[in-house]
Amino acid sequence: MSDLFEILLTAGFWAATVRIVSPLIFGTLGELICERAGVLNLGIEGIMTVGAMSGWMWVYQGGGLWGGVLFAAAMGGLFGLLHAAFTVQMGLSQHVTGIGITLFASSLSYFVYRMLLPAATTPPKIVPFDEVPIPFLSDIPVIGEAVFNQSPLTYLALLTVPVVWYVMYRTPVGLAVRMAGENPVAVEAQGINVLAIRTGAVVVGSALMAIGGAFITMSWFDAFYFGMINGRGWICVALVIFASWRPGKALIGALLFAGLEALQVRAQQTAGAFIPYQFFLMLPYVMSILAMIVIARKTKYPQALLVPFRRGERV
Amino acid sequence: MIIEPRASVSLLRSGLAPIWAVAGALALCAVLILWAGTPVHTAYWLLFKGAFGSAFAINETLTRSIPLIFTGLAAAVAFRAKFYNIGAEGQLYAGALATTFFGTGLVTLPPVLMVPFLMFVGALAGGALLIVPVLLKTRMKVDEVVTTLLLNFVVLLMVSFLIEGPWKDPMALGWPQAAPVIEQGILPQLMAKGRLHMGLVFGLVAALAVWAMMRFSVLGYEIRAVGFNAGAAEFSGINVGRTVIVTALISGGLAGMAGVSETAGLKGYLTLDLSPGFGYTGIAVAMLARLNPLAVVPAALFLSAVYVGSDAMSRAVNIPTYIADVLVGVCVLAVLFSAMFTQYKIRWRA
Amino acid sequence: MPVLEFRGITKRFGSLTANDDVSLTLEQGEILALLGENGAGKTTLMNILFGHYQADEGEILVNGQTLPAGSTQAAIQSGVGMVHQHFTLAGNLSVLENIMLGTERLWAWRQQTGAARRKLAALAEDYGLVVDPDAQVSDLSVGERQRVEILKALYRDARILILDEPTAVLTPQESESLFATLKSLTAKGLSVIFISHKLHEILAVSNRIAVLRHGAIVGTLPAAEADREKLAELMVGRKVTLPTRQPLAPGEPVLQISGLSTKGQGATVLRTVDLTIHAREIIGIAGVAGNGQRTLADILSGLSADFTGTVTIHGKPLAAGRPRAIVASGVGRIPEDRHARGMVGEMDIWENLISEDLRSDEVSRWGLVIDRGRAEARARRQIEEFDVRCEGPDAETRLLSGGNMQKLILARALSREPSFILANQPVRGLDEGAIAYVQNRLLEARERGAAILLVSEDLDELMTLSDRIAVISHGQLSEALPAGDRSIAQIGLMMAGQDSARQAA
Repeated sequence: MSDLFEILLTAGFWAATVRIVSPLIFGTLGELICERAGVLNLGIEGIMTVGAMSGWMWVYQGGGLWGGVLFAAAMGGLFGLLHAAFTVQMGLSQHVTGIGITLFASSLSYFVYRMLLPAATTPPKIVPFDEVPIPFLSDIPVIGEAVFNQSPLTYLALLTVPVVWYVMYRTPVGLAVRMAGENPVAVEAQGINVLAIRTGAVVVGSALMAIGGAFITMSWFDAFYFGMINGRGWICVALVIFASWRPGKALIGALLFAGLEALQVRAQQTAGAFIPYQFFLMLPYVMSILAMIVIARKTKYPQALLVPFRRGERV
Repeated sequence: MIIEPRASVSLLRSGLAPIWAVAGALALCAVLILWAGTPVHTAYWLLFKGAFGSAFAINETLTRSIPLIFTGLAAAVAFRAKFYNIGAEGQLYAGALATTFFGTGLVTLPPVLMVPFLMFVGALAGGALLIVPVLLKTRMKVDEVVTTLLLNFVVLLMVSFLIEGPWKDPMALGWPQAAPVIEQGILPQLMAKGRLHMGLVFGLVAALAVWAMMRFSVLGYEIRAVGFNAGAAEFSGINVGRTVIVTALISGGLAGMAGVSETAGLKGYLTLDLSPGFGYTGIAVAMLARLNPLAVVPAALFLSAVYVGSDAMSRAVNIPTYIADVLVGVCVLAVLFSAMFTQYKIRWRA
Repeated sequence: MPVLEFRGITKRFGSLTANDDVSLTLEQGEILALLGENGAGKTTLMNILFGHYQADEGEILVNGQTLPAGSTQAAIQSGVGMVHQHFTLAGNLSVLENIMLGTERLWAWRQQTGAARRKLAALAEDYGLVVDPDAQVSDLSVGERQRVEILKALYRDARILILDEPTAVLTPQESESLFATLKSLTAKGLSVIFISHKLHEILAVSNRIAVLRHGAIVGTLPAAEADREKLAELMVGRKVTLPTRQPLAPGEPVLQISGLSTKGQGATVLRTVDLTIHAREIIGIAGVAGNGQRTLADILSGLSADFTGTVTIHGKPLAAGRPRAIVASGVGRIPEDRHARGMVGEMDIWENLISEDLRSDEVSRWGLVIDRGRAEARARRQIEEFDVRCEGPDAETRLLSGGNMQKLILARALSREPSFILANQPVRGLDEGAIAYVQNRLLEARERGAAILLVSEDLDELMTLSDRIAVISHGQLSEALPAGDRSIAQIGLMMAGQDSARQAA
């Protein structure tokens, strides 16, 4: 037990937590934006895979790192557009479409990877984002190393939280997005195009998810592996519920999970002799299920989530 | 664009929807094939030959369709009740775990009893895995998609732990795999050559049984009513929660049987690569079958042919085998899209 | 010059003509009532005004300017505001957020919340419409929500206000206060279109009345020259004969409720409800939606068993929480919402007709397998007996009209000749022909000897059909008194929960 506390006190643990939290933040906020507009996006797992592959591939083919991030976001947005075309414009099942997008997007990523690199047996590497210490702030003990000595993508992730909060709660378009997820008829009655709002939210949300995927191959690791996302997208979906659809709580939830993952990696080293590593790896999935149970009863979910809006069927 | 419900849906139109979807999916994948530098007709001809071109190929296609029939039925039943069980992959492994637990020496029965016994415990294990998600859904309204998906990862890690640890077969030269299923538990081969086994018969019987249940039985009525309109079903006296739970158990059970048939019919022992995603492909099977249990059989056969054929195709020309997975994903979306035109018509202005 | 003018508006949906050459003017400062049955085309006309639909022919002028077709924003900007029957509010958001939606440039960097708050406060003061801008809409009463809807229109500088069935959810007193608000608005120069099918309201509030029937204007007359009979005849197109209730001596008690309470808080919780309904008797329950009617109906129809107290039918305890057992014990149930509770639209008619007794020997074997032959034969008889217009028992239920679907529900509930009938809003949303059919069926059942509990928001309907009327408010049910013993005004006060009225009555 004392080992655990020791781990909690090291800057390395906190730095790892902040690193691991980045893709979760992108993914959770992306999903949150979609669901706030009333669209469940189960394409997240596949869209993160697309982001991981396309961002990495951009750099591997000679592009710049930031270009890769943009490219990943664009690809994610494209799949978001596909999801929105099905679920928003045509009002088809959000569940089945999402699963279809995930199957399609991840297999297409693998296909493209194999097409471009048919011979690669060991995954080739790129030079990923480097850590950029922020002057002065990074000198603060523990916190400095944990938070202010990270890759620029991590800073971007942390910055995304207040930005999403601000847009959602302080701008007219954010209000329209939230209203589209609560009562789309009210939005339409004000002459605002519900379908456009929802489509936009899904595209932007999907772009964020893809950046989350790109973080994994361009900042955390330096190569693309098959099965790399490994359920992180699903965990993000659970985190959105855990966060009651609030950006601030999403950050807290994501930090909790990232901390857990960082802890288990370290705990494996100390307790690995007694407990098989598989049980440590199970933790995030089991915790996600538990998190949803804890929060399920009291949460106020968006009233129009999963409800398609069809203009032609107005009474 | 305005979408209006159709006054009536002709049987022909709804029957054609999956055909259109498959055609659309093949057309979209043709783009990828062209990119790979192979003429489309050559590639698809190779795919077809690879799946049906020889007795061996047909045998292999039929063999691969067995787990897909089971997981396809699992999804078809569950989706009918709007219970989105995406955990067939995990339930398949649960069935395989049960097979390994009971079938590697713990219980010994004559083959006539041993095989049904294994199918039964496999189904129980698959269903048991769904108990937590279904109770969370019916009692606390926790979305079952996420819980069943997450459980897939948990089960896979459990399998990994067992076959690397307590259940590891010492005779396997260090490979992580469990002990082989005893002879009495092995599903008999159907043909002298090839790998085709009794599981196909079980699968066909299961499809027929599920179809009859959905169409003629009171339970099938209740499952459909709950799926279409849970509020009205509840009002008329159907116990919605109980119906969803029973549906989930049937669904999980069917997926569990896929695990039994793969372990005791095909491989003979449990490994971590028992299923290359049969659980997920089952969703595509069910969608292509438009959730009709009888149509699950041809749909499973089609996707199995895609997998077997694309292996052969990618050996012959330089197209990554992932083309098969892409096709499966596109099929799910395409069938949603084409099915919409059976229910709705689209007009372009108000 | 009229502030608003419809010129020759025609709108067709396939073979149906929803609006047929409608021409109508609204003068400044007047309240124009638009009267018509359900399905007469009132809502379609307003949807065209707000750009949700485009008219096939005709145009709309606001202050002499042609309104661009198909644009909601153009209608709002020209000063037209709409208060919808189903409020277009989001319960999880605040009043201010609900009001501000769509009033700013969508891509502005920030919301001008402070300015909005000041403007709202000024409006509230000017028109006497007070609400807390920071309250969550889900915490407001129905009357307050309607105030928010009106403020929403005024906030957008509406000079023309359209109210679609605004009193459907209000008590008579709340309606009175709404009428007062409308009159003060017109005194300040606003103009109002008041859409309703309730004759007495229209006569009370409007200056001029336009009547719509089958999509066409069949008459426009000053309110001073109108009376109920004339309007009803115009609206329906023939002399309206209200169903008549023969006086009958009530029989033995059938349904007895005593000390019925449910746990929890709020207006929907039942508080020691007592009620006895006898054979050959219709008891009407009046009340504003959300005062416990649904809780009571859910218990009686078997959806909820979460209560204390006793409910008996013919002296035997109700099979609480078990709809099928309740049906088997001789209860017929007409649910409040046909689509959400009544029928599974995607299933066939014969399937819906067996849903309450699926496992009985009549339609299944051993309670396991459905006997389709017998089920369809029975369905065919029921379809004929209840005059359901359809292609046959294996037609899809969702294709039926509202009236026919309701007949199907009646067929399922009444053909077993139940001794107790729960009729929850049985005529809501139906046209006059279907209303008469449903009401006559209920009266027939009463003559046959059934005890009937009629829950309705329409006081006219309650007065016509009920032998005795009880009022429900905040989960408390008043004594049931003969229909003539209380005036509409008294019932209204009781609906609002005023105890003095209860004592006075």
